[in-house]
Amino acid sequence: MAKTSTICPFCGCGCNFYLVTEQNKVVGVEPSPGNPVNKGMLCAKGWNSYDFINSPLRLTTPLVRKNGKLTESTWDEALDFTVRRLREIQSDSGSRSLGFLASAKVSNEENYLFMKMARAVFKTNNIDHCARL
Amino acid sequence: MAGLAATFGSGAMTNSINEMDEAELFFVIGSNTTEQHPLIGSRVINAVERGARLIVVDPRDIPLARYAHMHLRQNIGTDVAVLNGLMNIIIEEGLYDREYVETRTEGFDELKRTVNRYTPRVVEQISGVRAEDLVLVAREYARTGKAMLLYAMGITQHTTGTDNVKTCANLAMLTGHVGRPSTGVNPLRGQNNVQGACDMGGLPVVYTGYQKVGDDPVIQKFKDAWGVGDLDTAPGLTITTMMEAADKGELKALYVMGENPYLSDPDSKHIERALSNLDLLVVQDIFLSETAALADVVLPAACFAEKTGTYTNTERRVQLAYKAIDPPGSARADWEIIQDVCTRAGYPMEYAGPSEIMEEINRVTPSYAGITYPRLETGYGLSWPCPNEEHPGTTYLHKDRFSKGLGTFLPCEFKPMAEPPDTEYNFILTTGRMYFQFHTGTMSRRVGILEREAPEPLVEINPEDARKLGIRDRDLVEITSRRGTVKIKAEVTARVPRKVVFSTFHFHEGPINLLTVSAHDPVSGIPEYKGCAVKIRRCA
Repeated sequence: MAKTSTICPFCGCGCNFYLVTEQNKVVGVEPSPGNPVNKGMLCAKGWNSYDFINSPLRLTTPLVRKNGKLTESTWDEALDFTVRRLREIQSDSGSRSLGFLASAKVSNEENYLFMKMARAVFKTNNIDHCARL
Repeated sequence: MAGLAATFGSGAMTNSINEMDEAELFFVIGSNTTEQHPLIGSRVINAVERGARLIVVDPRDIPLARYAHMHLRQNIGTDVAVLNGLMNIIIEEGLYDREYVETRTEGFDELKRTVNRYTPRVVEQISGVRAEDLVLVAREYARTGKAMLLYAMGITQHTTGTDNVKTCANLAMLTGHVGRPSTGVNPLRGQNNVQGACDMGGLPVVYTGYQKVGDDPVIQKFKDAWGVGDLDTAPGLTITTMMEAADKGELKALYVMGENPYLSDPDSKHIERALSNLDLLVVQDIFLSETAALADVVLPAACFAEKTGTYTNTERRVQLAYKAIDPPGSARADWEIIQDVCTRAGYPMEYAGPSEIMEEINRVTPSYAGITYPRLETGYGLSWPCPNEEHPGTTYLHKDRFSKGLGTFLPCEFKPMAEPPDTEYNFILTTGRMYFQFHTGTMSRRVGILEREAPEPLVEINPEDARKLGIRDRDLVEITSRRGTVKIKAEVTARVPRKVVFSTFHFHEGPINLLTVSAHDPVSGIPEYKGCAVKIRRCA
């Protein structure tokens, strides 16, 4: 059994707890007693924040739409298709015809890279996320 | 955020969660704190139990109201009038902080002129809040030294959202309740990294740390840091305007990371039409969300437990979360996917890991300059601004001076909601979340215990309205707006006032955003989720 410090994936309180793992599976949570935000407490969502990780419905492979249906593909195929279409649309209709939605659910580092991708690589400020929703 | 930035120069919670333990009064407006921010809600309740006073301003009888010394139930969308009314009384009775107003703020005369018209009687007519109650609340808030104002989406999700925020800020400044411990204007953020996504420049008008896209020195800095010759200098589109542009065929490709606009955005039919109209929709997510199901490409991502990274909470505290397990199948961390897309697009990225990305964030973002992995590894996070590696972080903002110098009073007039009820659509629908579910349910609906407690969508309706319409508890009802119809079960409860119904947007089987109006705040782009006109009837 191992314990790994993490931050709750739900609301903006930022409660700190440990994920209890066995092999490669999260089996429970334990709140951090020292963290000044939650001081060893959690709400119902926090206590149960690990259940969905093991869901059989998780996406495990890239999907590309073929003949109208989302079909399993390789990473190479999915990423090459994505980049080729983004570049084609950019050269046909301009950078402002591209849009990027960042996420209030992923890390700072990932939001930063996503923002850098929109601005440095695809040359558009059309980037937003659901801060307002 | 736009409202606070204009008033103070910085759009974030001014004070910290721990300061709640010392507060003498809480003024909670438009925040269902115990359900949406449970650990902050329990801080407030603990403070009340040791003697702090609690004023709740909310149309619904939310759980926190049970602990309140006063609960003002204003008519939906009348927050500006209520807050202006409080300021009218505070100025009229000479209860404002004269020294603070003179030395730290500008625009007082204009504020005085505007709020002068909002006498308690006028406000009572607009808002339904009794004039006597307004007077009591105004006196108590103004006279208490350590008064914290908390708000959430009940303030922002209106066509007057920015005005609502500015007016909250006006009230706090007028009484000197900003820039001191256990005071402030404190927007509670709804998702675990919504503050971070804003801080990282996931917004159409700013780079990291709110550096503006149109500022020449900023543009030059990012050109140098990123090694690129040109950058877009015009403000980009917000989500709401992106959807309009997609509908018109002007926006042709959309790359969505970890969001589900199909369920979360207003007027779902319009969103579906807009998304279907795109030439390319790329969705990167952990589940096949309603939005992902419409995509041309779906990229499987790692969830929070499967990668290392930092998250910034509602009080600006940046905290580190570590990878506990491997992602399922061939799913990958979002940063690895983005890095690969950029490299394939001809812009090579070779970050060894999140800490190396943070080093770049430190270099280009003054407020994050001192927030480094070695420091985060040894403590419980750091709150920005943290300008260098010796800086301890900042628990409360605007001490001695505001981020922009003087705080500016930006008085606002009351404006009615975009779609008021009429004789046909005679109820107001207001929407939000509940304790056991979260957002569009992508995560929480896949947690057995949460689903057991809240398995289905309900619409709250007042007992008197229900009786007149022949609706009993758990009857199936049909709610119709000008945009669509949803059939869900009724919960007959006095939690909602008369002529108001409430529901949540967690459930795909009762997609409440089929009904909501896409009318939005002209500055921030926030849709008016908190009020649109509907009619309701019992299903035969």
